[in-house]
Amino acid sequence: MMASPQLFQEKLNVINIGIEMFRDDLQEQQVPVTHLNWMPPGRGNVDVIRALDQVEKSALGEKIAKANAQAVERIIQSQPVLIGFDQAINVVPGMTRTTILHSGPPITWDRMCGAMKGAVTGALVFEGLATDLADAERVAASGAITFSPCHEHDCVGSMAGVTSASMYMHIVENKTYGNRAYTNLSEQMAKILRMGANDESVIIRLNWMRDTLGPILRDAMKLAKEIDLRLMLAQALHMGDECHNRNNAGTVLLIQALTPYIIQTDFTTQQKKEVFEFVASSDYFSGPTWMAMCKAAMDSAHGIEYSTIVTTMARNGVDFGIRISGIPGNVWFTGPSQQVIGPMFAGYKPKDSGLDIGDSAITETYGIGGFAMATAPAIVALVGGTVDEAIDFSRQMAEITTAQNPNVTIPLLEFQGIATGIDLVKVAQSGILPVINTAIAHKDAGIGMIGAGIVYPPFECFEQAIVAYAQRYRHG
Amino acid sequence: MPLKILIKKNTYFDSVSLMSISTKANQLPDVEQAFVAMATEMNKGVLRNLNLLTPELEDAKNGDLMILIKGASDELNEQSLLAIEELFKKKPGAKGEHQAKYATLASARENVPGSNLAVVSVNGAYAVREARAALEQGLNVMLFSDNVSVEDELALKQLAHSKGLLMMGPDCGTAIINNKALCFGNHVRQGNIGIIGASGTGSQELSVRIHDFGGGVSQLIGTGGRDLHEKIGGIMMLDAMRMLDADDQTKVIVLISKPPAASVEKKVLAEISRCSKPVVVCFIGGKEADVVKAGGVFAKSTKEAALKAVLLTGVKEEDLDLHPLNWPLIEEVRAKLKPEQKYIRGLFCGGTLCDEAMYAALEKYPKVYSNIQLNPEYRLKDVSKSKEHTFLDFGDDDFTNGKPHPMIDPSNRIERLLQEARDPEVGVITMDFILGYGSHADPVGVMLDAINEAKSIAAKEQRHLEILAYVLGTDLDRPNLQDQIERLSAAGVTIASSSANTGLLSREFVCKGEAQ
Repeated sequence: MMASPQLFQEKLNVINIGIEMFRDDLQEQQVPVTHLNWMPPGRGNVDVIRALDQVEKSALGEKIAKANAQAVERIIQSQPVLIGFDQAINVVPGMTRTTILHSGPPITWDRMCGAMKGAVTGALVFEGLATDLADAERVAASGAITFSPCHEHDCVGSMAGVTSASMYMHIVENKTYGNRAYTNLSEQMAKILRMGANDESVIIRLNWMRDTLGPILRDAMKLAKEIDLRLMLAQALHMGDECHNRNNAGTVLLIQALTPYIIQTDFTTQQKKEVFEFVASSDYFSGPTWMAMCKAAMDSAHGIEYSTIVTTMARNGVDFGIRISGIPGNVWFTGPSQQVIGPMFAGYKPKDSGLDIGDSAITETYGIGGFAMATAPAIVALVGGTVDEAIDFSRQMAEITTAQNPNVTIPLLEFQGIATGIDLVKVAQSGILPVINTAIAHKDAGIGMIGAGIVYPPFECFEQAIVAYAQRYRHG
Repeated sequence: MPLKILIKKNTYFDSVSLMSISTKANQLPDVEQAFVAMATEMNKGVLRNLNLLTPELEDAKNGDLMILIKGASDELNEQSLLAIEELFKKKPGAKGEHQAKYATLASARENVPGSNLAVVSVNGAYAVREARAALEQGLNVMLFSDNVSVEDELALKQLAHSKGLLMMGPDCGTAIINNKALCFGNHVRQGNIGIIGASGTGSQELSVRIHDFGGGVSQLIGTGGRDLHEKIGGIMMLDAMRMLDADDQTKVIVLISKPPAASVEKKVLAEISRCSKPVVVCFIGGKEADVVKAGGVFAKSTKEAALKAVLLTGVKEEDLDLHPLNWPLIEEVRAKLKPEQKYIRGLFCGGTLCDEAMYAALEKYPKVYSNIQLNPEYRLKDVSKSKEHTFLDFGDDDFTNGKPHPMIDPSNRIERLLQEARDPEVGVITMDFILGYGSHADPVGVMLDAINEAKSIAAKEQRHLEILAYVLGTDLDRPNLQDQIERLSAAGVTIASSSANTGLLSREFVCKGEAQ
């Protein structure tokens, strides 16, 4: 091509990568300049850079682009609908009376954090597998209990994610692709099993949920048949929820949809009143619902050959794990769980907090939660600041994702779709980590929720994943 | 520990704000424990667990705000309460100008549609990746980083060439595009002389001399120090010549470099013959005949190149102050130096300034040592020790490994100045001071103490030590050129008016009658 002096006819507009002084000098000369928040690719890890060099090669690069387009298409086209509620033993694949599901990647009893141990022992008492908490510790350690990640049973679980046979589950079906996802019911309130609390009040609530709430919801859904969750999610975002830490609007929408059917069930008015009061007692009622919705969508995009889309982010309070679409099955890439930074409930301090825990990061994996912070100005204090900063989170997540989901939009960003399809390659290149809005559980068993804030995955997950990916596809 | 409890009736705050305030309250210095929350059943439950639920708090209602402080004394608790109430106040006007941030070139390119040039100055290990990404996105590139391999440079320049883009650098951080200086550059008048330089400070010197002669610069394109090497083949210099030939604003083109590799020189000369505009060629230490044969205008020094370029734009020679050599001054200095003070020691930040002074000395003295000598016989084996006439480029890898460029960090040069001052055979120490964008904010100021000390070292041994300085900069640059010159003069330093004169003066100062 003939060299042309086109630049000499234009107004200079510079992108500065590196020394900040050069930006200052350009600004002094009134040159518009964009200074990059640059980090070395792969954060300087040579193994990661080598892997990146490999996947950026055009032949493999084209296959990845095609596979990722397909994965994102599946995420966007998924239409998850709520079709029922039932006990885990009846619906969850592989569930047994002595199975305890937990959040995050696989973990053994001896490595579990305080909150998860608290939840496990509480659940064993609740299921009648142990006589009391002390006995439950013995049972948990005895080898008689099967511990397994929720994610490996088509489930997701909030916080400790502890799910036992008789607990009631949401049943969500992905109408487009036919797969199903399950999740527990919200226990509301702070002193709850999923946060590691396990005293009598917790067990009493679980019993009530098993005997009253669950059956009423089950019967209501038999009448309702199905509720379109993606449509409801889109509405909730427009009403100011990001549907991970803020669920005020979503909860109202969900109970609004369920109410006509709840009142038609064969339960007493007193029991129905208890259900409505329970829902009114906190805004978190719909929290798990969105998680199952996201899980149903993300599972349909898992296992696509060559795809570098992240289909799972989950934590067990010790390890943070991710799964990648192009590495099928239950292959986890893990790193240490991080401390969640954010305001604490009155009376607690950061030293009380346990590390990042729960499958709820499935919401960010889908593109809501921290990724949709711009929809939820009411909770910017959770992320430490201003509405502008909240918008930045949403904008920045677009740098590591493949597409925008036109079905779920953010009014404040000119109705842009949520950032969808976290690309392992983009994370490894830019060093930008997905931002996750989440709750903070106490580090010790038996206490419960003590705050909320934001957290990031450890970069190690992505390092391992890109290296393994490059190894798997080393022949192109 | 004493407790302070305050209940504000019917005072509602949302739980998120309260959690945030409560967290900050717990960080106050005199607070052992603080609790700021609405009096909901859940929050009262937490207080009950902490054994802090007084009957007063027990009675508070959902819409009441509870503030509870546990501290060392009642007095401290009162102070903490005031501090907590302060936390409730909104700070108006705290919102500053908000700038969107991008981490990757791709997203900046997408979100800043008008962007057309990338300045890359990250570590050389990563710079190639970023430069390639920029070119692929259609951006012109100034690659400031060094430690880029020749193979990478070639690939980048081939890519740029195929896309009709500029790929400036690496290893030459100077450019002026559309009257805006990038990286290292001076504030010069806009005009009709286009400069293409493989050397950074040489290009700066050219632009400054053109400005000084009343001319102006249309574009200054820094091609990178290796552009005229065999392996790169002058890709960017040739492209830049075609661009400037096609540019309406440019009337005269000046090339500045060390002499090119033979095969590359051939290509450049062929391009000069093709070029529709006059081309002035200043290849420091190069030969005249071939340039003239190709239809170019030969210049021996940067000053001569600037002068010839300005004259070609139509300026009359009689209107110019040509700063001729000051012979009475030279005689005066010669008289002050003892017979054994025979040698020049040049301590330079600018590579081309060093080169130019060295070649001026070489014209008179056969043995001139340097860390950048091409002749291996006169290349310093140990750069920490000077030998006879020695010219050091402190910007070369010998001195910059793991250190900032001497234009920013003066420490190497300060140390060496004092070392040279102790040598009784030294007659003149020559130094450059470079002003402008990218340079130290006060290059003279950081050297003054060392200059005074050097002078006094010589004075104690009853020697005169001549220190000759050249300040590269224009009247538009910062820091102020005149001020820098005056402070040097006040310290007894002699000032040269150009890079070319710097070389000539220092060689004449130490001349003992005949050439040695």
